[in-house]
Amino acid sequence: MIFLGWESNKKDYMSKEVVTGAEALMRALKDEGVKTIFGYPGGAIMPVYDRLYDYTREENPVFNHILVRHEQGASHAAEGFARVSGEVGVCLVTSGPGATNTLTGVADAMMDSTPIVVIAGQVGVGLLGTDAFQEVDLVGVTQPICKWSYQIRRAEDVAWAISRAFYIAKSGRPGPVVLDFPKNAQIMTTVYEPRHIDYIRSYVPYPKINEDNVKEAARLINNAQKPFALIGQGVELGEAQKEAVEFLEKADIPFGATLLGLSAIASSHPLNKGMLGMHGNLAANVNTNECDVLIAVGMRFDDRIIGKLETYARQAKIIHLDIDKVEIDKNIKTDVAVIGDCKESLPEITKLLKRTEHREWRDSFEEYHKTEVDKVIEPEIHPSSGPLLMGEVINAVSEATNNDGILVTDVGLNQMMGCRYFKYSSNRSVVTSGGLGTMGFGMPAAIGATFGRPDRTVCLFVGDGGFQMNIQELGTIMEQKAPVKIIMLNNNFLGNVRQWQDMFFNGRRSFTPMMNPDYLGISKAYGIPAEVVVDRKDLKAAIERMLATDGPYLLEAAIKEDENVMPMTPPGYDVDKMLLEF
Amino acid sequence: MMKMETANNKLYTLLVYSENIAGILNQITAVFTRRQVNIESLNVSASSIEGVHKYTITALSNEDQISKITQQIERKIDVIKASYYSDDQIFIREIGLYKLSTPITIENPEISKIIRQHNAAIVEVNPTYSIVIKSGMTEEIMSLYYGLNDLGCVLQYTRSGRIAITKSHEEHVSAFLEAREKENNGDGE
Repeated sequence: MIFLGWESNKKDYMSKEVVTGAEALMRALKDEGVKTIFGYPGGAIMPVYDRLYDYTREENPVFNHILVRHEQGASHAAEGFARVSGEVGVCLVTSGPGATNTLTGVADAMMDSTPIVVIAGQVGVGLLGTDAFQEVDLVGVTQPICKWSYQIRRAEDVAWAISRAFYIAKSGRPGPVVLDFPKNAQIMTTVYEPRHIDYIRSYVPYPKINEDNVKEAARLINNAQKPFALIGQGVELGEAQKEAVEFLEKADIPFGATLLGLSAIASSHPLNKGMLGMHGNLAANVNTNECDVLIAVGMRFDDRIIGKLETYARQAKIIHLDIDKVEIDKNIKTDVAVIGDCKESLPEITKLLKRTEHREWRDSFEEYHKTEVDKVIEPEIHPSSGPLLMGEVINAVSEATNNDGILVTDVGLNQMMGCRYFKYSSNRSVVTSGGLGTMGFGMPAAIGATFGRPDRTVCLFVGDGGFQMNIQELGTIMEQKAPVKIIMLNNNFLGNVRQWQDMFFNGRRSFTPMMNPDYLGISKAYGIPAEVVVDRKDLKAAIERMLATDGPYLLEAAIKEDENVMPMTPPGYDVDKMLLEF
Repeated sequence: MMKMETANNKLYTLLVYSENIAGILNQITAVFTRRQVNIESLNVSASSIEGVHKYTITALSNEDQISKITQQIERKIDVIKASYYSDDQIFIREIGLYKLSTPITIENPEISKIIRQHNAAIVEVNPTYSIVIKSGMTEEIMSLYYGLNDLGCVLQYTRSGRIAITKSHEEHVSAFLEAREKENNGDGE
């Protein structure tokens, strides 16, 4: 058997030759157009890392490998990369703990339909099932939380498995794929032949659109007096932003956006009535229970959106467009389902729509909006006294980036406030853990986002709790000089839980106050410029300094300790009964 | 003890067709586990289509839940088709095997009588034990067991999971696969 290293194969790259499984993996990833890999080496993946050494040399770098500081960070970074770029995020780790550390990212990507491929080492096939060192049944563990998982047991299966993995991850409703790669298959040799799988007979990623349902949907919308649309991440994933705008504008349909769908259509669009959900905008939520036709596009009626199921939009005919037929009727019974890619189905419906205007209906949103502005938004973003508020910091950062930055959030108050007050003018500008609600997601996801869109400003809003959940990734930021603008909203509390304790548990603040370290000292140790802002008068200048600094920056905002995010539809409340204050 | 059907829960049969890949059963049962729905019976075998495996699964559920479970199973990449049926839509059979003490069976003529009444067959006899086989529905198989057990002759008893074929004329799976093959223009598998 011949072992052919990188140097010796460059000449006859395309011809048939014998290579190791690890080398086949390098070639297959290259064939998939992969350029960025987030990873962490370890025993069972060493043959792959040995090949990677050649593929990342300065003289001819095929891949940019980002060494994270914890495998969870690799999985979230791959997610952040995928969300902003629309490409598949790749994550490379070792077996056992290396693999299990990525599970939170895998589950997160499944919930939020994010295309990532996790490649993990595994003990040799001969040792499987013997409780070998760093062995874990990765396929068994990941099957319930990923789109596909597979063990590559032979070097000759590498090309097939990688091509299939990328096809599954990015097609239809995207999601995570996990590949378990035993060490013997990395070392064994094979003839490498590229594969480009775009068909799996048991898998129908783009269901055929039913014409009758398209007609019925158009008929309902044409007869509607008060149509309202819910725009979800499906619009971004399907690259159907333009199609959605044409659809909404033609029939004059106001809309609300889900957390993950926020940047599908610009915040400034006149039909955009803001965010849906528990801490969404008042008008969008109240009018959900006022509309006569509700059109959901690429969203899944999450319980945080619907509040009380029994009273949700009962007055309305419901049209649901989704690429995943399993979402139809899962939570909300629909009257018309249009299953398929919304990039195709939206124009088909639009063609049949009458150009109309619903002025009175549109105006009905203004009244609620004004109430929310007066009671919540203005006091939040333009307070005159007292400590800094979260909303004013977020609003100021958004304005300073001309509302064209990428918003990355962690989970909790920073997330709800970030999504409420950041504004968007470009697509794929929201990176947040919507479904799984993963604290610690923010920092690594923001790192991934800087590699996915190096041309854009990445603003991370994170609390003092979530910052510490993947604080080790400051090392990655340092090494890569990843230009993450970290805005830490420090209230010395696990704020969102503290809010719920105050509202629903008689103010018994069980383990939510938190003693914090000296974050500037930490930042300094990592060589990341940092400052604290306490006074309102210093806020704008501090933000300007952060944005003017090349590379990463930590801006710690000392915010009001017991600030709540409002308005709120508490769990089990009707969607139109939002609390404006507590 | 078998769980009983109630007003909200009845026995559904799922027919699932999948590619022959390791770990599919795990994926299928995980969909039940997630909702803490018990599988009452399970039968796995090769189907009449080459390379395709067939799973016959029964579970006590309601239509809303079983339809969601079925769809979530079908969503798995290597699952070709999943459908659920109530008993009137399918032909169902199970098999019971009974190992009886030969001396007791010879001694008591009631035993052969009850075997005949249940249309069961004696397939093996030797001086120590005899094997009886009975195919039919759960209730018939159980009824023979209770009858024999009362007579004190049963050494071992086992009942298979159900197998089922649909009563409809269409052959969904082969038609689906044919249609899929026509759509394949690229690098198929």
